[in-house]
Amino acid sequence: MHDSNSSDIDLSIKSKKDVARKFDKKWILLILSVLLIATFAISFTLGRYAIPLSQLFEILFSKLFGFQATWDATIDTVLFKVRLPRLLAAILIGAALSLSGATYQGLFKNPMVSADILGASAGAGFGAAIAMLLSFDAVGIQLMSFAFGLGAVAITTVVSTIVGRGNDSTLLLVLTGMVVTSLFSSAIALIKYVADPDLKLREITFWLMGGLSAIRMNDLKIILIPMILGAVPLLLLRWRLNVLSFGDEEAQAMGIDTSRLRLITIICSTLLTASTVSIGGIIGWVGLVIPHLARMLVGPNYSILLPTSLLVGGLYLLIVDNVARCMFAMEIPLGILTSVIGAPFFIYLLMHGKRGWV
Amino acid sequence: MKLEINNAVCGYGSKKVIEDISFDVKSGEILCLLGPNGVGKTTLFKTILGFLKLQSGEILIEGDNVKNWSRNRLAKAIGYVPQAHTPPFPFNVLDVVIMGRTAHIGPFSSPSKKDVLIAEEALETLNISFLKDRIYTEISGGERQMVLIARALTQQPDILVMDEPTANLDFGNQIKVLEQINRLSKNGLAVFMTTHFPNQAYLCSTKVIILQKNNEFKMGQVEEVITEETLKATYGIDVRITSVKNQNGDKISACIPLLN
Repeated sequence: MHDSNSSDIDLSIKSKKDVARKFDKKWILLILSVLLIATFAISFTLGRYAIPLSQLFEILFSKLFGFQATWDATIDTVLFKVRLPRLLAAILIGAALSLSGATYQGLFKNPMVSADILGASAGAGFGAAIAMLLSFDAVGIQLMSFAFGLGAVAITTVVSTIVGRGNDSTLLLVLTGMVVTSLFSSAIALIKYVADPDLKLREITFWLMGGLSAIRMNDLKIILIPMILGAVPLLLLRWRLNVLSFGDEEAQAMGIDTSRLRLITIICSTLLTASTVSIGGIIGWVGLVIPHLARMLVGPNYSILLPTSLLVGGLYLLIVDNVARCMFAMEIPLGILTSVIGAPFFIYLLMHGKRGWV
Repeated sequence: MKLEINNAVCGYGSKKVIEDISFDVKSGEILCLLGPNGVGKTTLFKTILGFLKLQSGEILIEGDNVKNWSRNRLAKAIGYVPQAHTPPFPFNVLDVVIMGRTAHIGPFSSPSKKDVLIAEEALETLNISFLKDRIYTEISGGERQMVLIARALTQQPDILVMDEPTANLDFGNQIKVLEQINRLSKNGLAVFMTTHFPNQAYLCSTKVIILQKNNEFKMGQVEEVITEETLKATYGIDVRITSVKNQNGDKISACIPLLN
């Protein structure tokens, strides 16, 4: 026991280091939150109808305390009916896609998968295309898109279960997902082929490229429910996702009912992805790149990775959407921009990241 | 604590790989499972771990049939040490070891301070505390195997099931892992492990099962089971069994293969 003193000191140093590490990571969440709020405020002032930050605060202040409006009614419309829902949508969609992508990368033990791996995006795109072909209204398009997004993943899950004859293999799930995605993509191509080129083809093509210009407050209200239903369970279960990334057998041996946990995560991720596609179209690369970026920031532990992905995803899409709407005289479709930015950025991450899979 | 396998029939789907095998392993014992490739070692231990459905017979832990046990309950009784492999993400070693607490942590919770302490204790037990802050994917194969043993200990099970715990390790690390296994068993764990090396059974096991082709198997004390005849019948090779004395004067047997 002569060295009990020194080991005590050792212990206190160790625990201090631990605390410091935890502290750092908690700080990152705080910094990201502040960054998100600041970017949100600045984004408010940007746009074809630019207003200075001071006026924005003045307006918000007056609104908050119910003062008489001293500003133009157009400003009111632009800010609160058009810009606000768009900014919120960018944050929500970015966050949802990143959350879903990060979850799938753990679930499938593969850092190359993204939110649409099981066919959610292709299915949702197909639903929307059909709805537009049949001249549904905006709500109809959203509902069809959402329903087909869920449907596509349901098909993937059921088919892979049948093919696997009871052995639930994640590889089979991914392969079936590729098949279902491919089928729905072909179906979308077929719809485009038969659609009236002057009106509907244009509409479908634009919609599929992804964009947030048409989003209004009501769209957000509808989509918020499935998004919360998808996000909350994932965030609650996030520590267990770590264990899943070691493979089914090890996770089972550690006490996890893998089939049940996998089903829950697939349902939640699909709710998130289908929701985003139904209001924003197909916005690629976010669900693949952002989890990698988040992993570079805070490491692979899902306890911190998932909230970080959520914040970084929201921030990223908010910024990219600002570029989409402000950079050029004509708005650039968001889906194109996320690919143009996301693809080279991903290569950069591959060159500089700490890779565990090679 | 006692793990009992009674008249077990194991296999995949409708294919039976092992028929009617019975054995038990108690705390303080190390049971080594030997046998040529493809004879069903993996099938047997996957069945014990509940990855494969038992086709007939029963598995008892402390006399209680595990058939209707939840994964969680089973994980608190049996810890699994798989062969070390690389996960897709660069987890911290301590994070990997803490994962052993899964069965003890509620589904919506994260590990508490107490869980972290238990994980650190497991690293301490195996003398690998220095690995704590390293990246799991960047340490050596031998270190990774030790970390996986630490993870299984963090689970605080009564039984350890190990799949070729010395596979892919250099000679020194093989012996270090065996030493740890011996220590753990002396501290009261029941250990069930598969191996390809009869000498390992001599070094640490109290009981041996040798699976042979055509559904035959031999089991019993090491010296009774691992004989020149049995090894010839099992692997089709000639061996000689010899013995030396260790530093305490105890007899240690070893088998030496003869090349033709």
